[in-house]
Amino acid sequence: MAIELNFTIEGGDFSNAGKASSKIKKVLKQLNIEAKIIKKIVVAVYEAEVNVAAHAYSGNVKALVGENDVVVMVSDSGPGIENVELAMKEGYSTASKEVREMGFGAGMGLANIKRNTDELKIETKVGEGTTVTFSLNYS
Amino acid sequence: MKVSDLVEKYGLKVFSGKEGLGKTIEGGYVSDLLSDVMGNAAENEVWITLQTHQNVMAIASLKDLAAVILVKGLEPDEDTLEHSREEEIPLLGTAMGTFEMAGKLYADLNPGSQS
Repeated sequence: MAIELNFTIEGGDFSNAGKASSKIKKVLKQLNIEAKIIKKIVVAVYEAEVNVAAHAYSGNVKALVGENDVVVMVSDSGPGIENVELAMKEGYSTASKEVREMGFGAGMGLANIKRNTDELKIETKVGEGTTVTFSLNYS
Repeated sequence: MKVSDLVEKYGLKVFSGKEGLGKTIEGGYVSDLLSDVMGNAAENEVWITLQTHQNVMAIASLKDLAAVILVKGLEPDEDTLEHSREEEIPLLGTAMGTFEMAGKLYADLNPGSQS
């Protein structure tokens, strides 16, 4: 049986970015999930949270912690991604100047998610929003 | 080398998170790009940066870093201090620039590197 965790994120609210990843980290630790797995999923969730804060109007994070894997779905209502292939490219970013000055928007977010997960799916519609789903197997 | 040893040796300012001063330093990471740190820093490293907002502590906590050093006399935001206290991760400060601070830490952690 999977444990479900839900979080909401507001666009522009960087002060709460990291809340979901922090909570997920704690739950996985309590469940004695391997440290290596926790480290990877935490990076992915954090980057997804930051993406919502940096680009979208609002969004939510849903994590399903199962017996064999953890699946995370991050959905937002926002501008969507015009060119997913380009967005995946390391170094490419559409983040604002303000966001970049905070040290975000280096164009490494999606690449970090991909590198730290087994599967990554991006569904997006320009003008409506984006759903990023990723999973990581324990073994 | 413990975080407290580093503080003492270089007269670093301890802004907050003194509960974590006993942690052992296993390395260092230097970057002002948060995703770079998120992707590449490792547990028990000291992160040297000029970013002062609270996301720095969120990352330090998620990555289980030993401490954060703010360079060039920069002061942390109030919520950064709070986050450091909550997570018990030392937030330190120095008047040194990144190059100098990183060089000293590197030499301390790699005593054989200076022939």
